Amino acid sequence: MVASRAIGSLSRFSGLRILRSRGYICRNFTGSSALLTRTHVNYGVKGDVAVIRINSPNSKVNTLNKELQSEFIEVMNEIWASDQIRSAVLISSKPGCFVAGADINMLAACKTPQEAAQVSQEGQKMFEKLEKSTKPIVAAISGSCLGGGLELAISCQYRIAIKDRKTVLGVPEVLLGILPGAGGTQRLPKMVGVPAAFDMMLTGRSIRADRAKKMGLVDQLVEPLGPGLKPPEERTIEYLEEVAVSFAKGLADKKISSKRNKGLMEKLTSYAMTIPFVRQQIYKKVEEQVQKQTKGLYPAPLKIIDVVKTGIEQGNDAGYLAESQKFGELAMTKESKALMGLYHGQVLCKKNKFGAPQKEVKQLAILGAGLMGAGIAQVSVDKGLNTILKDATLAGLGRGQQQVFKGLNDKVKKKALTSFERDSIFSNLTGQLDYQNFEKADMVIEAVFEDLSLKHKVLKEVEAVIPDHCVFASNTSALPINEIAAVSKRPEKVIGMHYFSPVDKMQLLEIITTQKTSKDTTASAVAVGLKQGKVIVVVKDGPGFYTTRCLAPMMSEVIRILQEGVGPKKLDSLTTSFGFPVGAATLADEVGVDVAKHVAEDLGKAFGERFGGGSLELLQQMVAKGFLGRKSGKGFYIYQEGSKDKNLNSDMDSILAGLKLPARPEVSSDEDIQYRLVTRFVNEAVMCLQEGILATPAEGDIGAVFGLGFPPCLGGPFRFVDLYGAQKVVDRLRKYEAAYGKQFTPCQLLIDHANSPGKKRTPRGRQEVVGPRVKVGRRKESELWPAGRLPHPALHP
Amino acid sequence: MTSILTYTFKSLPSTSKWALRFSLRPLSCSSQLWAAPAVQTKSKKTLAKPNIRNIVVVDGVRIPFLLSGTSYKDLMPHDLARAALSGLLHRTNVPKEVVDYIIFGTVVQEVKTSNVAREAALGAGFSDKTPAHTVTMACISANQAMTTGVGLIASGQCDVIVAGGVELMSDVPIRHSRKMRKMMLDLNKAKTLGQRLSLISKFRLNFLSPELPAVAEFSTNETMGHSADRLAAAFAVSRLEQDEGLLSDVVPFKVPGKDTVTKDNGIRPSSLEQMAKLKPAFIKPYGTVTAANSSFLTDGASAMLIMAEEKALAMGYKPKAYLRDFVYVSQDPKDQLLLGPTYATPKVLEKAGLTMNDIDVFEFHEAFSGQILANFKAMDSDWFAQNYMGRKTKVGSLPLEKFNNWGGSLSLGHPFGATGCRLVMAAANRLRKEGGQYSLVAACAAGGQGHAMIVEAYPK
Repeated sequence: MVASRAIGSLSRFSGLRILRSRGYICRNFTGSSALLTRTHVNYGVKGDVAVIRINSPNSKVNTLNKELQSEFIEVMNEIWASDQIRSAVLISSKPGCFVAGADINMLAACKTPQEAAQVSQEGQKMFEKLEKSTKPIVAAISGSCLGGGLELAISCQYRIAIKDRKTVLGVPEVLLGILPGAGGTQRLPKMVGVPAAFDMMLTGRSIRADRAKKMGLVDQLVEPLGPGLKPPEERTIEYLEEVAVSFAKGLADKKISSKRNKGLMEKLTSYAMTIPFVRQQIYKKVEEQVQKQTKGLYPAPLKIIDVVKTGIEQGNDAGYLAESQKFGELAMTKESKALMGLYHGQVLCKKNKFGAPQKEVKQLAILGAGLMGAGIAQVSVDKGLNTILKDATLAGLGRGQQQVFKGLNDKVKKKALTSFERDSIFSNLTGQLDYQNFEKADMVIEAVFEDLSLKHKVLKEVEAVIPDHCVFASNTSALPINEIAAVSKRPEKVIGMHYFSPVDKMQLLEIITTQKTSKDTTASAVAVGLKQGKVIVVVKDGPGFYTTRCLAPMMSEVIRILQEGVGPKKLDSLTTSFGFPVGAATLADEVGVDVAKHVAEDLGKAFGERFGGGSLELLQQMVAKGFLGRKSGKGFYIYQEGSKDKNLNSDMDSILAGLKLPARPEVSSDEDIQYRLVTRFVNEAVMCLQEGILATPAEGDIGAVFGLGFPPCLGGPFRFVDLYGAQKVVDRLRKYEAAYGKQFTPCQLLIDHANSPGKKRTPRGRQEVVGPRVKVGRRKESELWPAGRLPHPALHP
Repeated sequence: MTSILTYTFKSLPSTSKWALRFSLRPLSCSSQLWAAPAVQTKSKKTLAKPNIRNIVVVDGVRIPFLLSGTSYKDLMPHDLARAALSGLLHRTNVPKEVVDYIIFGTVVQEVKTSNVAREAALGAGFSDKTPAHTVTMACISANQAMTTGVGLIASGQCDVIVAGGVELMSDVPIRHSRKMRKMMLDLNKAKTLGQRLSLISKFRLNFLSPELPAVAEFSTNETMGHSADRLAAAFAVSRLEQDEGLLSDVVPFKVPGKDTVTKDNGIRPSSLEQMAKLKPAFIKPYGTVTAANSSFLTDGASAMLIMAEEKALAMGYKPKAYLRDFVYVSQDPKDQLLLGPTYATPKVLEKAGLTMNDIDVFEFHEAFSGQILANFKAMDSDWFAQNYMGRKTKVGSLPLEKFNNWGGSLSLGHPFGATGCRLVMAAANRLRKEGGQYSLVAACAAGGQGHAMIVEAYPK
């Protein structure tokens, strides 16, 4: 039973979630604290309770770094030495953040596993002292309590948390390819039980305060306060402190026990865990599950299991030793470097580098209530944007409104929203068939069918009714924006906003600017995208922009490989085992074969040979037979409602047989097939940087991983070039070029890069990059990592 | 308001009084002490307006307010309302046929008598030609009944109105679950035995779990006591302040099969020490709102006779007071659920052209001690006024010597639908006894709403 629970809790884990992390915050804090005494940690005494306040200077979040650690130790030593003080409260002075994590730069500075292990050991020592403190310490948690922050909190004797949505607890280290290295792997299982601890550490999920209370992660909850004689946030923290002080007194007086009453289930679970056989079974099952989901591509989850196991089976000392050693090893892996790179990239893509728009968008209008239109509406209304959803038919509109409602209602079922909040959010949506109130719109996003003449028609209709300042954004996956803008009276107000399906789950938004698009229009589009919770890459206009353009040559190679006789199932397994979340054949089915054909034709015309390789005929025949993928029930696979198993579509055999090409044995090993796909993708991505479609490699990585499902463990095409070696990529391309021709010719920028060793990073494109080491001190932490995740990467149909 | 539901039963045994701060005023305290306030110059001599009818309260009554589950527990709401109406008829001797319209407020509705005003009027012997309707607005339902009547008179539709309110918390509608109700309704429609059997086969044991009346705010899912506790904390009102913190309109009520009830039974004498021992009722274990500093669940009814002044005089009545300007306000139902009086007070004063100094009698509804103290602090805070009320300066502090001198909802009880009339009658009677020109009545209500009204003394 315990085992099955552990598995159940793990079932949601997948490599795709690797990117949701906020445990480690990168801060370039360089100010020396030697001159100013105690800039990070201070304390005051209330009666016999010391109130320790954490407040990282010049930052919206608190991060555990060397300065903070040493000041904290000083403060604790004073408290332990004082006769007057009998207990302590640990609280943050910043509303919305307890401690957001350890400083990621402490790791970046490490050159060897031993150095990184040292970082872990220092944390372990400090927290061990806290754990053994004879004076009870109460952690008063308001806001994010993540990574090292949670490890700090669970070393205290008691935890009190604010019950609001900002207060989340978690150990997201796994998402950065490392493990909780300051005692977390050892303390968490004891505190919440092994299955729940595995769930937290292997998924990195954030846990809200009320759930944390149920799990035993916190001991008390404090309700947030409304306005009183001070601003609500300020008074709430004060109130939290007052409550925490009273509990600290109670603990010192032994009136309150820090021991928790366990429920029956918990008692049973902890009893079961005393049986070695049960434990072994759990480890085994969890390992199997992780192995299955990560395909062995991510080392961190397996090491976490290993370390937890060591602690339980061989005792604390061995556990802490294993934790620090494995932490050191993981910190030096390519995977953790790739994941940390993505983290930095994501931080970068959550900023509006175009500045604040002149006019904030308050009224949004969306044309077309299809899957995309309704999806865009959903992510807009739940952020408080007034949104008009217009469709041509009542049936289409109704379907779209239902989609929005269902999306919100699913959140109610998951208790992320109350039904009242759902209704209130849904009232931000106006469904209509005409252009009423478009004269008040600040932005119109069209999501009509991908047809240039139709897009022209709606653009003209809309421009007749919208005000001068209104931005016209086109949601298209491949139609060049300047062609759409050709009929516009005001091309400076026309921009591309390429959303990914399903919009409420996919984090990426690709914004496309033409030569004529004004900076303010771009700023406005980015601002709306950020409000919708998106990670944004801004690219220049061109056929296929960035994302579609990278995908197309890879899809062409997919066709080629299929033509050479590799079956869809085999192809899927080759791609997923390389780290793609969805197999290549399945991806075509998900995207829609007609869309793929459409894109392949358009881009084939634009780019010629480089997009060749596979025969377009395959897609054309599939479309002719109605094998459009999931949406028509048949593609490479057969899809049945309610059934998760999918069988091969046997009718494809004759099509494939008719187009069969001989395989080249010298480039047809499994590995070669994988690299043929990936190198074409990567080559095209670098080409986009070379041509200035992409502004920065960081955006290229984010776009590929978040929009197309490029393996997160590789960090994106540019990071991949760095970690794998530019020369090796070029060599591979040359080898395939020899076999197939120009579609594999490495682009100039890649060749240049390979020829200039020593350069750490792929050369930069047309704009100066803000660099991977971003100073992210002054940002709103909550904007950073919305609770979205990365499901099927798919272009919209 | 309904939130108190769950906790009443706990509060029953704990007798308490809202001591020191407000109510250390013995009943015997002669009214003469209060009767001669310093001569003040009023901003206005009267609030009478040209070309608008003066509306007067002729008189009002209430039956004793009782802790729910006591003497009224076997009755139905319309029985209490009927008793109040009969009492009013008896007190005023108004000819039944003169009454143009009857309006009652109620909160938790008895489904059998959803228009309880009509059922009670018929039972009390009013003419079956007199229309009656029921209004609901949480704790200010009776206020809504009165002001609805004021509107009907002011617009010339009616001359004589009976307004009142009733609440019976001894019995509340506990329903079958939605699933069970659905099955029962479907069974009604089923025509054949086969259809019936197939419906019955879908029955599950959990269908039988009952549905209790909501104890939480619908929009926020938070109980009122919980909100009051947070409000008290937001305004830093301590537990001690809360713990520190009485009858001429009552008509006797002969309860069938029981003794005649002549007095309220809710006043709970208790010492500060006893109160301090109570455990928090809502936010456990460190909250500050307890059974002692919350109003208890109450059964009761009230009624009053409202007329156009010329009609009252023509009929030979000596009115008790004028009903003047009133306002309704509403705000955030989560964090400002119970701050209605803070918002309504300055608004009604400005509307009437009066200042706080013009008011001789304050009658505020007290849901929780912490709530009323939070309202005091909010009204006395420039910061709150500037940031939340859009005012330049604070509303001002309330003179405690003029505040709820005859007891409030905490000591007398709070039958949700009936409290409004009690407040207005207390205001009118206090103006007569204590002297003074204007009284301010204010109350908060579930849903984040509030009300305030100016009652003006009728010249003696």
